[in-house]
Amino acid sequence: MPGKFYLDPWLPVDYAVISHGHADHSRKGNKHYLCQDDSKAILKHRLGHDISIESLPYNAPRVINGVSVSFYPAGHVIGSAQIKLEYKGFIVVFTGDYKIQPDFISTPFESVKCHEFITESTFGLPIYKWLPEKVLQQNLHDWVLKNQSVNRTSVFFGYSLGKAQRLIKLLEGLDTIHVHTAINNLNNAIEGSGIKLPKTKLLTYDFDKKVVQNKIVILPPALLGSRLLKKIPNAATAICSGWMQIRGNRRWQAVDAGFPVSDHADWDGLLTAVKASEAEKVYVTHGSQAIFSKYLNEIGIPSAEVKTEYGEEELQSEEKEKKEESKANIL
Amino acid sequence: MKHFSNLISAIEITNKTNAKIEALVTYFKTAPERDCLWLISIFTGKRPPRPVKTSLMKQWAFEITKLPEWLFLESYSVVGDLGETIALVLPSPTHEIEKPLHVWMTELIALRSKSDTIKKEYVLNAWSGLEMQERLIFNKLIGGSFRIGVSKKTLVNALAKLSGIDANQLMHSIIGNWDIETISFKDLLSGSHINYDNSKPYPFCLAYSLEKELPELGKPEDWQVEYKWDGIRGQIVKRNNEIYIWSRGEELVTSQFPEIVETVSKFKHDFVIDGEILALKDSAVLLFNDLQKRLNRKNITKKMLEEIPVGFYAYDLLEWNGEDFRAKPMEKRRKQLEILFAEFPISEKLKLSTVINFNDWEALRPIRENARALNSEGLMLKQKASEYHVGRKKGDWWKWKVDPLTIDVVMIYAQKGSGRRSSKYTDYTFAVKKEDGLVTIAKAYSGLTDVEITEISRWVNKNAIEKFGPVRTVKPELVFEIAFEGIAYSKRHKSGVALRFPRIKRWRKDKPVSEIDTIESVTALIEAQ
Repeated sequence: MPGKFYLDPWLPVDYAVISHGHADHSRKGNKHYLCQDDSKAILKHRLGHDISIESLPYNAPRVINGVSVSFYPAGHVIGSAQIKLEYKGFIVVFTGDYKIQPDFISTPFESVKCHEFITESTFGLPIYKWLPEKVLQQNLHDWVLKNQSVNRTSVFFGYSLGKAQRLIKLLEGLDTIHVHTAINNLNNAIEGSGIKLPKTKLLTYDFDKKVVQNKIVILPPALLGSRLLKKIPNAATAICSGWMQIRGNRRWQAVDAGFPVSDHADWDGLLTAVKASEAEKVYVTHGSQAIFSKYLNEIGIPSAEVKTEYGEEELQSEEKEKKEESKANIL
Repeated sequence: MKHFSNLISAIEITNKTNAKIEALVTYFKTAPERDCLWLISIFTGKRPPRPVKTSLMKQWAFEITKLPEWLFLESYSVVGDLGETIALVLPSPTHEIEKPLHVWMTELIALRSKSDTIKKEYVLNAWSGLEMQERLIFNKLIGGSFRIGVSKKTLVNALAKLSGIDANQLMHSIIGNWDIETISFKDLLSGSHINYDNSKPYPFCLAYSLEKELPELGKPEDWQVEYKWDGIRGQIVKRNNEIYIWSRGEELVTSQFPEIVETVSKFKHDFVIDGEILALKDSAVLLFNDLQKRLNRKNITKKMLEEIPVGFYAYDLLEWNGEDFRAKPMEKRRKQLEILFAEFPISEKLKLSTVINFNDWEALRPIRENARALNSEGLMLKQKASEYHVGRKKGDWWKWKVDPLTIDVVMIYAQKGSGRRSSKYTDYTFAVKKEDGLVTIAKAYSGLTDVEITEISRWVNKNAIEKFGPVRTVKPELVFEIAFEGIAYSKRHKSGVALRFPRIKRWRKDKPVSEIDTIESVTALIEAQ
């Protein structure tokens, strides 16, 4: 490769171009990192403040060894970017993770025309269709209000980068939101780079039960079944994840509710992005790559699958984060 | 359908029986009366015949979504439920239909005799007028199990909580004959259509596992010993020419065993007997697996009755011509039971449980060891002076089960479960060594914790070698110890042996595949019997 850099590498390299701050896309040990401006603080927070890192705003090309690299909004989490590569007029776009639907917290997805499009396919089956943000918000609010009417505290579980901020935005203004340390630390890092988040309170280790009762709590998935959860008075629990779309998945978890909330594109979202790219060839990575690429070929879009080591399923990357978080914050 | 949809959502998410009961009580308190009756009807299996064929529903879903069949099937294999898959792939609703449950049911009943064109128009209109969860429920109302873990018992407990009426009486009421069009909810609960005095069962007397040395029990002549059978513990109630069969789970199962009812109807006297429902063929007890094929069926075909005949082994007499016998010593109850059977010609369908003669405790050991050969689970030891207790009481009755057999095996296939288990690989096929390769020995579904299943599912995702429909072939790496109750030669199985009631005892993370059992060491277990 002429550019001598790597996109979201899973083995240490000299020059890593990073799509976003999730652990399976931004790994430790690279000599130099390049990311979008809003991801910089997140990467430093997660990988160490001493890493060698530079950042660019969206749509501001930088030429590395003759290859032009630029970031375009991916709408996945704050600072998430599609990476556009241009070399002698040939354009390749690597999406990283993305969603089409605006979440009013990360910069909305912007489609980029290219020759080759490398897309994720986490939810690449037609059974995955997300609710409009307004309907989703209404469902979450209804659940919190119903809990409050029977004196229960609403506890949401979501990935601490992305899902947590989205939930905070969705629940803004309804009642006091208490967040776990891991989420609070990330929020501080994000706000440090100038992004304003709705107000939340830190859920300290020795929190006052009376203050939390009937309110909203957001915890990382690692804390399902934890001692901390048991300390929350009359907790009603909800998992927020795209996998909650399926009844079997909702029922598998011993929780009181499961909301399908995902920061990945749903089936229609994937198709929209692929078509809008007008690419001659589409490469499909992590998720349902075999199924989605087969379907694309059938509808006349030349496609092939690419095997990667990114979190095969969202739940798995959450598991990974679980381990990291439980190591970092033993509560 | 909002009421019903909320109820289903509340019930499906929880695995706590009390929460399910709470949700049902709320429904009964707030839903229209006819909806309450329909709910009871649906959850007790009293459902109108399916008005629309599954194949048509699938076909219409393809037409609307324009999805290729293979993609629909891939989706189905992830979801694990056809009605849900259809509900998920359809486009968002274009309008809103709100009708109570009983209106839907009435319409669906009328739909059955209509043409396919009218059926299609009706179903498509419903699909485009309902949101996802309601659409799924609509598909289930047409046909298919809700699979949300509401047993008749749960339903009855909710009704008992609501009304304060005795749960067993309610069980009889809801299972009894009632017409949804004419009965009121209040009359159904109060049981005006039944005579509970005729069906009322007694609580079962249960035994603890033996935890003493045999001589500590005292003199052998004070004890009655019988085989312990692995069927369904049941109670036959015969009063005033009415016959009821109750299971230990306090469900009325009368209609499932017509051959037992027929035999009992030939007796003159009234009585209540405790015993075991068993699959019986040619004077031998079949495996519980066989009996299972007869359970919870809507229709029992003639073929079923011939292939898996069912009978009843009588253990004890609880009531005789209206007199409660439970406080009498067991010796007396047994004597009366023997008199009852002496008056009656020997039948395959109703048998007196055999009392084992023995003079000293040591003589029982080889009998117990041999129990497996009869498909028995071991022995029951009952104090001859004991009364028939309510529930479990230590000291008078003991069960002395045979130790299970165990072998070490390796997992070779994994498959996703259904219902609550549909998101995880929960069903496994195991193999033992045969020459240089492996041979399938058993399938097992139970015995692991949720945490272990989650870990194994993740492992399967990463280590699947081959996909064959819903089955994943995996690297033979994970070793398990499986336990089973019996083993016999079998021509139907590739390995040449069949295991009885295999289940996972534990995951042997400590054992390498090289140390699993061989087919020779497994067949040696049969020879040792």
